[in-house]
Amino acid sequence: MPYTKRRRLVTSAVALALGAAALAACGSESGDSETESGPVSLTYWTWTPGMDKVVDLWNKGPGKKDQITVTVKKQASGDTLITKILTAHKAGKAPDLVQAEYQALPTLVSNDALADISKNVGDAKDRFADGVWQQTTLGTDAVYAVPQDIGPMMFYYREDLFKEYGLTVPTTWDEFAKTARKLKQAAPDKDLTTFSANDSGLFAGLAQQAGAKWWTTSGDQWKVSINDAATQKVAKFWGGLVKEGAIDNQPMYTPSWNKALNTGKQIAWVSAVWAPGTLTTAAPETKGKWAMAPLPQWSANENRTGSWGGSSTAVTTDSKHQEAAAKFAAWLNTDGDALNALAKESGIYPAAKNAQTSGAFLKPPAYFSHQADFYTKAADIAETTAPSAWGPNVNVAYTTFKDAFGAAAKNKSDFGAALNKMQADTVADMKKQGFEVAR
Amino acid sequence: MSSLAVPQTEPVAGSTPGTAQGRPPLRRRIALIPTVTLFLGAIYCLLPVAWVVIAATKSGRELFSTFTFLPGTGFAGNFRDLSAYRDGVYWEWMGNSALHAGLGALLSACVSAFSGYALAIYRFRGRETIFNVLLAGVLMPPVILAIPQYLLLAKADLTDSFLSVLLPQILSPYGVYLARIYAAAAVPADVVEAGRMDGASEWRIFTRIALPMMIPGMVTVFLFQFVAIWNNFLLPYIMLSDDEKFPITLGLFTLLEQGANTPALYTLVITGAFLAVLPLVALFLVIQRFWSLDLLSGAVKS
Repeated sequence: MPYTKRRRLVTSAVALALGAAALAACGSESGDSETESGPVSLTYWTWTPGMDKVVDLWNKGPGKKDQITVTVKKQASGDTLITKILTAHKAGKAPDLVQAEYQALPTLVSNDALADISKNVGDAKDRFADGVWQQTTLGTDAVYAVPQDIGPMMFYYREDLFKEYGLTVPTTWDEFAKTARKLKQAAPDKDLTTFSANDSGLFAGLAQQAGAKWWTTSGDQWKVSINDAATQKVAKFWGGLVKEGAIDNQPMYTPSWNKALNTGKQIAWVSAVWAPGTLTTAAPETKGKWAMAPLPQWSANENRTGSWGGSSTAVTTDSKHQEAAAKFAAWLNTDGDALNALAKESGIYPAAKNAQTSGAFLKPPAYFSHQADFYTKAADIAETTAPSAWGPNVNVAYTTFKDAFGAAAKNKSDFGAALNKMQADTVADMKKQGFEVAR
Repeated sequence: MSSLAVPQTEPVAGSTPGTAQGRPPLRRRIALIPTVTLFLGAIYCLLPVAWVVIAATKSGRELFSTFTFLPGTGFAGNFRDLSAYRDGVYWEWMGNSALHAGLGALLSACVSAFSGYALAIYRFRGRETIFNVLLAGVLMPPVILAIPQYLLLAKADLTDSFLSVLLPQILSPYGVYLARIYAAAAVPADVVEAGRMDGASEWRIFTRIALPMMIPGMVTVFLFQFVAIWNNFLLPYIMLSDDEKFPITLGLFTLLEQGANTPALYTLVITGAFLAVLPLVALFLVIQRFWSLDLLSGAVKS
């Protein structure tokens, strides 16, 4: 997700101001809804562009039949939206439906903001990959959201420049490091890629691929293992590459990063399925010169990827029409017409398996028009997404990551120390919030 | 915009602009250090503005690929795209901002004038206490109050409405503070006393005699509050959920935070930010002349 420094400032300011209210948010009575009758109108907070057009399909079709009208209220995405939802929830005024990123679900659930909709959407389970569905249940019998889009991670590279410098597409991280060094020798002013600390989701996804499980529960206790062996391996790997100067250490999503991609100063990018959209604006001159491959693996016989981004549709406990809202959430994310419209109007990559290779996804994205099997390949990669384990204060871990790893990348210092700080700050915050944390 | 607001503080008590204090010395030495400092300060403040102006002329293709201070060719296209975004919602945001800031600043200036005058002229029990509480309010950043204000207005069922953003911004402790200081300096007690002797009612004294004397101060309050409301982010962010009610700050934020799979609309945001500055610049240029207006400042001979 594009995340510039300035927006980070806004985010932190809002988070600071809202933090207190969010933490204090107490449980409210959930309006248990009986079977509805009569017209119902629902509000839906989402940041997805074009969502109003998709919702129009519902309001004119199935919604009209069931007398359920949904109104879209477009929001800005990010952590700030979570705090806004929690503030509204504290006043009992959260909207009926909210869009939420997977890593935010535990925060919302632990504040009692999301309703359990397992009774209404349970059948939808087999439309999604297990690893995706598991993120909406948080490992319980409840279901707190319906998956909407996912962001399986992939490796993007400049096909023409790889050929020019005699590089092969790395299939393991070991080869990835060798490729970076080889490029440095052949063209010292170029970099394979950069290590950027301004979007924590990237690092979380890489750790997830390596098998990390940052938050787990046993009984009533949380266990935080952000500095487990798998994550340490990832941190050490990238820290080593930055330190020896094999890759760049400038942050992503800055004008100079865009320029580096656009002019071929950086020739690869570890990203996710939504990268074509970002590349279209960041590097318009290099259209058609990029190719997509699976993420490099930690050992040759593995085949796994992490996820970066992705979101779901959830029903709040403040909603007076939870059943109707759940019905809409299920339609939006499983119905063929809805998914087609979401792909066309909003450009999302659907979480529903059958939609990943049909409709809008029969053809590759325009930026990758020469890679005809882009979406077939993407669907195969999506299938290999490793399970993730989110906790109730991902935002704190993410903020610490940005600060600690940002400084470490800039100074080319020890990434292990930064990781330990991330672990320590996250645990300290959870204890402060009153969670029981196992040692 | 705060950079523009800084130099225009209230006139010092008792000063009478326009009456020169003797002739200035003929040959002025240019003070080098202050001049250089001010010059650097001006560059520091104006460079980002220049960046916005130039970047607004670049198309998406040019934005990150051409030299930073080289004007582009895309302004008309950006303007069209911005106006077309979600059926012209940008101009609704602009309208909302203008309404919030214009009405809010006007009401705020009125409230400040009433209370500042009362605090400066009348002696009553608890006057100093009220003033001290207001001073504490000046020190309190409004950001802290946004959440409590939301929870209060939620009880009154007013959230997500025009009023929810307008009401909290009418009372500005700083405006009242400024109005009191200004009224104390600009409205001589003798003039008020003279009005009473002539049998004018307190309301008449305020509206006919004191208020005209306080106008320059009130213009300052109006401007400060206008800029504060125009630039306010957190209060409308918390209060409003319907993006057609958003002011411009919030609207531009939604253009940036579009979610992971949609890139931020940088060219639209930059063009939008550029256009959003223009009304403020225009306002300052128009209202500036009222500052030198110091009516009746010679009414009392000391």
